[in-house]
Amino acid sequence: MAPPDKRRSSYSRRAQYTLFTGYVLAGIGALVGAVLLGVSLWQPAAFTGPRGVARDAVEPIGQGGAIARTGGQGLFAAIGAYISAGSQNADLKRELEIARIRIAEADSLARENARLKALLGLRDSEARPVAITRFIGSTAASTRRFGYIGAGRDAGIEVGMPVRSARGVVGRVLETGESTSRVLLLTDRESVLPVRGARSDAAGFAEGRGDGSLRIRLVNLGINPLRKGDLIVTSGAGGYYAPGIAVAIVTSIADDGAFARMVSDPAATDLVAVQPIWQRTTVEAARTPVEEPIAGSDQADAAANNEGQ
Amino acid sequence: MQRLDPASRRDAYGGRINRAHSPWLATIVPWLSILLGSIVQTLPIASALPMLPPLGFAMLLGWRLVRPGLLPVWAGFPLGMFDDLFSGQPFGSAILLWSLAMLMIEIIEARVPWRGFAFDWLLGGAILAGYLLIGALASGAPLGTPALVAMGPQVVLSVLLFPLISRIVSTLDRVRLTRIRVLR
Repeated sequence: MAPPDKRRSSYSRRAQYTLFTGYVLAGIGALVGAVLLGVSLWQPAAFTGPRGVARDAVEPIGQGGAIARTGGQGLFAAIGAYISAGSQNADLKRELEIARIRIAEADSLARENARLKALLGLRDSEARPVAITRFIGSTAASTRRFGYIGAGRDAGIEVGMPVRSARGVVGRVLETGESTSRVLLLTDRESVLPVRGARSDAAGFAEGRGDGSLRIRLVNLGINPLRKGDLIVTSGAGGYYAPGIAVAIVTSIADDGAFARMVSDPAATDLVAVQPIWQRTTVEAARTPVEEPIAGSDQADAAANNEGQ
Repeated sequence: MQRLDPASRRDAYGGRINRAHSPWLATIVPWLSILLGSIVQTLPIASALPMLPPLGFAMLLGWRLVRPGLLPVWAGFPLGMFDDLFSGQPFGSAILLWSLAMLMIEIIEARVPWRGFAFDWLLGGAILAGYLLIGALASGAPLGTPALVAMGPQVVLSVLLFPLISRIVSTLDRVRLTRIRVLR
């Protein structure tokens, strides 16, 4: 269709001004956009407020979407299983997969316990989840991988808390709204997670590659102890994630580590648990400059006493 | 007359006697459909890699190319701002890119005023692919080869879905111009 010829705006002053103002506004819009983009690249948390409000507003639709999404996944799995070996097969396979993950996790937990007992006899208290909620969606069109969950500040969720599903780690809370939160998924290119091999105890980092898989980089370079099919679990370093939660399964070996597939695919995730930050003191210590004492520590108390005297 | 051909008093937009277009409906449908596109892209699929076309932007392109002159040139600013709240891109990227796209189409339209659907598809596809690429560059995270490769299916899907988006837009355009206002 040929466009209506709005460019030749007759002798009407009003029409001419309207057209001109349109171009000026569009130009100003682009400039304002460029400035805002610069600000938010420089300060990524700058527009947290408006985003939280907007997300809270569409949350009810998202809840429905989550049910339909996981229901749909179940339907496809059932059809696939009927074609191959009967409709039970899909359920059994899923259960078996989770059981396998659990066994590997239990192995790594036993190893962890033995190590802790050998050190000090320390014991983790079982951390209760802050909230159990639905995974309501993700940024499916952007190259950044963010997810949205249906619980926010009103459920006591804070920035930095780990999010996990029944299978394994999903990501970490990045922003909180009143009743929703934004989660940085493991596959985002900005995501780095301290991990170790469940079988081999080799410590490393899992980085998102942006294409749905993870890159495992080992800390100690030497003989690569990872094998194809190994389970990668969290190591607890950094203090955010409790150790021993399943993260990924190694799919191929690289020079300095491995490539791995996420255990908890967001597409098949319905309910997630938000857990408290595992070691809050460690996280705060990592944020504090070396010169300053950590809040709540002996040195801080001593410093406070000295100032009092 | 009616006995001869009952359809003679109707057209694609409904009956013509005692009915008129609703200005309210005619204005709100394009804007609302683009806003819905922005919201919908975050909801149905939670994927580990980007897959869906940017639906809000595709709807904007659809309205701009299928019905030129309907959306004002500055429409990219408010609509892009809304999209930024949901898309996961850093705030401001859609404001900038949507505004630039509207200006760019305006310039191209001055050069090629008469064009068929094939040219619109080419133009829309090229703008969508460029939008995804620049969006990835300005996403605030380092861009590696695997991430670029992973974008391939998304770009292809976006380009292939453009005719469908155009059909949706033309259907919505018919809804927009349905005569529902009763004249007294």
